[in-house]
Amino acid sequence: MIHSLFIINSSGDVFLEKHWRSVISRSVCDYYLEAQRANPNDIAPVIATPHHYLISIQRGGVSFVAVCMEEIPPLFVIEFLHRVVDTFQDYFSDCTESIIKENYVVIYELLDEMLDNGFPLATESNILKELIKPPNILRTIANTVTGKTNVSEVLPTGQLSNIPWRRTGVKYTNNEAYFDVIEEVDAIIDKSGATVFAEIQGYIDCCIKLSGMPDLTLSFMNPRLFDDVSFHPCVRFKRWEAERVLSFIPPDGNFRLISYHISSQSVVAIPIYVRHNLSIKTGEQGRLDLTVGPKQTLGRTVEGVKIEVLMPKCILNCVLTANQGKYNFDPVSKILHWDIGRIDVTKLPNIRGSVSIASGSNTAEINPSINVHFTINQLAVSGLKVNRLDMYGEKYKPFKGVKYITKAGRFQIRM
Amino acid sequence: MLTSSSHVSNNGSYSNDRGAGFEAEFAVDPASGGFFHTDFKKHDDLKEMLDSNKDSLKLEAMKRIIGMVAKGRDASMLFPAVVKNVVSKNIEVKKLVYVYLERYAEEQQDLALLSISTFQRALKEPNQLIRAGALRVLSSIRVKMISPIVMLAIRDASSDMSPYVRKTAAHAIPKLYGLDNELKSELVTIIQKLLADKTVLVIGSAVMAFTEVCPERVDLIHQVYRKLCALLVDVDEWGQVTIVNMLTRYARMQFADPNLHEHGDDSDRPFYDSGSDSSEKPAPTLDPDHRLLLRSTRPLLQSRNAAVVMSVAQLYHHAAPKSESPLAAKAMVRLLRSHVEVQSVVLNAIASISAQNKGMFEPYLKSFFVRTSDPTNIKLLKLEILTNLTTDSNVSIILRELQTYISNSDKKFVAATIQAIGRCACSINEVTDSCLNGLVSLLSNRDEAVVAESVVVIKRLLQTQAADPKEIITHMARLLDSITVAQARAAILWLLGEHSQKVPHIAPDILRKLAKTFSDEHDIVKLQVMNLAVKLYITNSEQTSLLCQYIFNLARYDQNYDIRDKARLLKHFIPNQEGKITSQSARIFLASKPAPLLQSQFKDHEDLQLGSLSHYIKQRATGYEPLPPFPDHPPPNDVRNVEPIAAPEDAKLYKKSDKKGKDMFLWESSSSHGASSNNSSDSNDSSSSSDSSSEDSESQYEEESSSEESEKKSGSKSSSSSSSSEESSEEESEEEAPKANHEKANEKQSKKKPEAPKPKSNLDLLLDLSDVHSSIPVMTPSLGGFLTPTPTAVININPSSVEMIPALFTNTKPVELINKINGKGLSATYRFTRSPHILSPSMSNINIIFTNNTSDDITDIRVGKKHLGMDMAFHDFANIAKLTPNGCLPATLGIDFNDTTQPANFEIVCSLGNFSVCVKPTIGELVKPVKMDKSVFQEKQSKLGGMNEHVGNVKCANNIIDKIIESTNLGICDSTDSNNLKFAGQTLKSSNIVLVSISNQKIITVNCENMVFGSVLLNELLHNLKS
Repeated sequence: MIHSLFIINSSGDVFLEKHWRSVISRSVCDYYLEAQRANPNDIAPVIATPHHYLISIQRGGVSFVAVCMEEIPPLFVIEFLHRVVDTFQDYFSDCTESIIKENYVVIYELLDEMLDNGFPLATESNILKELIKPPNILRTIANTVTGKTNVSEVLPTGQLSNIPWRRTGVKYTNNEAYFDVIEEVDAIIDKSGATVFAEIQGYIDCCIKLSGMPDLTLSFMNPRLFDDVSFHPCVRFKRWEAERVLSFIPPDGNFRLISYHISSQSVVAIPIYVRHNLSIKTGEQGRLDLTVGPKQTLGRTVEGVKIEVLMPKCILNCVLTANQGKYNFDPVSKILHWDIGRIDVTKLPNIRGSVSIASGSNTAEINPSINVHFTINQLAVSGLKVNRLDMYGEKYKPFKGVKYITKAGRFQIRM
Repeated sequence: MLTSSSHVSNNGSYSNDRGAGFEAEFAVDPASGGFFHTDFKKHDDLKEMLDSNKDSLKLEAMKRIIGMVAKGRDASMLFPAVVKNVVSKNIEVKKLVYVYLERYAEEQQDLALLSISTFQRALKEPNQLIRAGALRVLSSIRVKMISPIVMLAIRDASSDMSPYVRKTAAHAIPKLYGLDNELKSELVTIIQKLLADKTVLVIGSAVMAFTEVCPERVDLIHQVYRKLCALLVDVDEWGQVTIVNMLTRYARMQFADPNLHEHGDDSDRPFYDSGSDSSEKPAPTLDPDHRLLLRSTRPLLQSRNAAVVMSVAQLYHHAAPKSESPLAAKAMVRLLRSHVEVQSVVLNAIASISAQNKGMFEPYLKSFFVRTSDPTNIKLLKLEILTNLTTDSNVSIILRELQTYISNSDKKFVAATIQAIGRCACSINEVTDSCLNGLVSLLSNRDEAVVAESVVVIKRLLQTQAADPKEIITHMARLLDSITVAQARAAILWLLGEHSQKVPHIAPDILRKLAKTFSDEHDIVKLQVMNLAVKLYITNSEQTSLLCQYIFNLARYDQNYDIRDKARLLKHFIPNQEGKITSQSARIFLASKPAPLLQSQFKDHEDLQLGSLSHYIKQRATGYEPLPPFPDHPPPNDVRNVEPIAAPEDAKLYKKSDKKGKDMFLWESSSSHGASSNNSSDSNDSSSSSDSSSEDSESQYEEESSSEESEKKSGSKSSSSSSSSEESSEEESEEEAPKANHEKANEKQSKKKPEAPKPKSNLDLLLDLSDVHSSIPVMTPSLGGFLTPTPTAVININPSSVEMIPALFTNTKPVELINKINGKGLSATYRFTRSPHILSPSMSNINIIFTNNTSDDITDIRVGKKHLGMDMAFHDFANIAKLTPNGCLPATLGIDFNDTTQPANFEIVCSLGNFSVCVKPTIGELVKPVKMDKSVFQEKQSKLGGMNEHVGNVKCANNIIDKIIESTNLGICDSTDSNNLKFAGQTLKSSNIVLVSISNQKIITVNCENMVFGSVLLNELLHNLKS
């Protein structure tokens, strides 16, 4: 079980600690800090020290280091820590060092509620929000006037029901249910432009603001597409097994209903291509030429295109001209960012210019890689279509909406 | 007066600029000394604020103190000032004080004890959140002295009505165990009780407590096994992980090895080492319970929580037939989309599985392709998996992939890639040559690290291959001048020595060169130089003897003792004298050496439980218990059957009651049996699953998860039976219809019982306990309820328990509620029936009789506006549609007076108008009678001493018992000795025990936890006895 939690910033200061059992000196973090100094980007999630085990995650430049004394499944702790960060993000819309410092009282109360003696107690966002109200200006003012607090005096009803994710007595004047079907294309494209590996990872994020206890059923035109799925606990699994429909009583607010995976076996349309040419002579100059174009987009425009080139270490600087968008080169991390935006089919975005190379460096074996980001609206690249949404249990007519977005996931091109 | 007001004004200014103050506090760099100057003064401020009487100031102070705690600064000197505020009414202040207490109580044990009584009081609060909170803090105060108090609190909480409180009790068990492990046996009984709980909220935590405290008590699991499987999908994620891990261990102990019959023909690897067991055994069919476990965990693979998926994956790996374990593969691959940390752990597990079982992950090969953006440890793991997955068919894809990795900028990764190529070459014979060629071409790589790694890999490959290495060796010997990496140089030298006959010209020359640079070489190179020297001396002594001697002389004076040692050893082979050893030297040095086995590093290490911490760090972590091997002869599976062994006459009895009642009764008795329980669907299942193992659990699932109703029911069912009998009447209200059945069943039971008195056996004890239920007043759902108390049957009770009994006296004297004149013709009277109200046991049941004295119908009589005191609750009577002239109708009202005698004011509305009425209880109506053994009475009385005891003198000789019973709803505990009478009751709302004893007919003592209640009751009694 989790004994203690230390929150550490990127410069190695422990700025918050919480102990659920006997106090463990913060000097135990030295082992972690050592690993952080050695390689800040590659810290093993589990570090064994003589008496403790440190299990850590890094998010938003902040490290959360949990200290355990005994055997425990590491994923249990990792998953919990991520849930903690998710909760913080839910409460404060972000989770950075300064936000944690500003809200340390609420953070402390939350941590106290989420773990009891190192074992998770309440992690469901809906329940926590009832127990400890998220801070906002209006409520802060109201509380100073009325002397009320953000801490609830009664147990949230959800905690006792068997649908702990939903609070009772939800009321909205406008009843709305929005579904965002988001698909991410993961791909590795090799030098010649051939697809080494491609798959689609999708999820449906919901924003549901419905009064009462609605029971929703979401069905798809082509549910056979799904290769592998994982659900929010609210989804009735047996119903899915038998009928391939999603039947659930939704949590209130934003949540991820389902994540799915469209297998690498089926053919994945790659919506974008990058023609690249980086010629490096042994001298001190090289030339870089990149062109980006749409490939299989089913008639949609590709937007929000960003290119990140991880340049080889020997490159000192780049002097380039882009016919569209802006670029910058970070000489420390050797990353070239090129923000393109929308791709105009008539005039393909292109960037070219010279790169300067450190003299005497070994230039023969380099392989830079390109990370690509893009979004395509109103398209689910797998062809997934929501058939209909039905609501039972409540009388009113909700407003329903479905939005499709395709994005680049881990889309990498090897140069 | 003056000073206090100045404090306030001071503090007022504080709260104005508090925002800035916080910023400043956090902005202070801990390293700078500036902060320490103000330290002392600052704390004075805080103390003042804490002592003030304004909640806002206290809150402010507490927030700042928590800030200090959060930053790890010492705030212990404020302990006395903080601990006082534990009684604060402001819930946020209280909460922060709790947080502070948990942190510092251990250091300030004596002062911490001051707060204990507050928690004890809070444990009796009607608000379940407060009860749970108090238990949490109480159990978190790590002061050994209070362990008996915590024990008591846990025991009470474990039979609390609220599942949330029971969950907290489960959490508190490991805490107490950590504090005082001598309490283990008592805690185990509580764990047993909690395991029998049927609320999903509680089960996860109960299993957690089980694994923390008594994982060896497998016998506790037998009875709940099927229930756990059935409820698993509904338990919260964290509970699921705990339960699945525990059940994995259970499965390994209780079920036969599902892969036993596969051992013979399975080429990949034996699933578990069971050595000689592969002798002819019939292919075992899976135990139905084993099948149930696998079936009920399968949906969890679709969980969003990586820990749940992983725990199921390890269950399938460790305890499922091999043909089924691939089910988990897809889900595990899905986890690779998650956070980096999750990836790392999952890849580790996959690497382990793939080292033993290629087939499982082969379809997902491409998911393990490395991206440049992956951190190094992920890259290495992926590489490991790719290599493990290499087969004849996919080797070309993998090799092409590996080739692209070589030009990566991550050196560690490149080195690992080259080793991976070596491993591929080793395992797939078709590609050995091309791999070798590829590796040789890498020797001309510009990157030294690549070259060095290639040399090492080639060395290993050459050892395993019989191919002619001459060209490669020549090539490598040439490289020796340029390579500086010690490992590579050593490898080349070793190769030269091994194959010195094949390159007779080159080897001595190399030795010559190295003799020159010997003293500058790295230690491992030096050792290999000596090896080479000896080997060359044996094969080619005339060219190298002088070189040898030179090298050994250098080595003899080396700084490193290893080298000196080795030199001393090898020197004996050098001199020209014909010794015994020298004659054998050729056999010693030129023997053919076994080739190293290039294989996964995941292959040899101990078979640690997948997904465990130990597995990740590849060593046993503290507290790691290896999975037991499957038993050769699995224990009989009927231990998991949950039907109680019922005597024939009882069986008849069950038949009479309807199905529902029967199930509940079965369930009831099985739980009181001391063993744990199962729900009705389970007991059905247990009987059916034994004959049809693959029966679909669909219906069961539906019943468990979809309907909230059934869940609630099961929740209350569980508590009613798992809790002690005193609780069971409180459960009454939660659901009526099934309960009524239940009561019927009990009624029958109790009627039947006295007719057949038998000698007591264990079996009868079981029945006796169900008799306890029969003493609960039978509820009829009709209006008016239960009006006349039944005479108490003489019941043989469990000696230690406090038992609810029906009221001994029913007040028949009505009190006027609405006067005929004031009510314009409607009059009403009320009386306390002293029976529990249907809705909630904390409500007093009030019977109202309306009379119509007019000549017209009075219509629509109902309750109007209510003016209730704090925390009071009110349950309206059913509307009376019409009251005919001169008719009278009863109505039943439930009022929860919150254990105070404050009146409930409300309006009665009817066609004649609104009438304000007031119901004022006497203190005697706010208790319910209980019965307890004399010894229990004394024990409880001794506990409620001091402030909780109220003593008075009274002069009253005759019918003292009647008078007391009449005025106060108490049960008689002991009336045998007229000089020492004992009465007991329980307050309605908070169930505090109320004890009244009268000694020598004049001294009357009231003991009650609620001090105010006790003193009011005493006054009331004195008043009544005097009159």
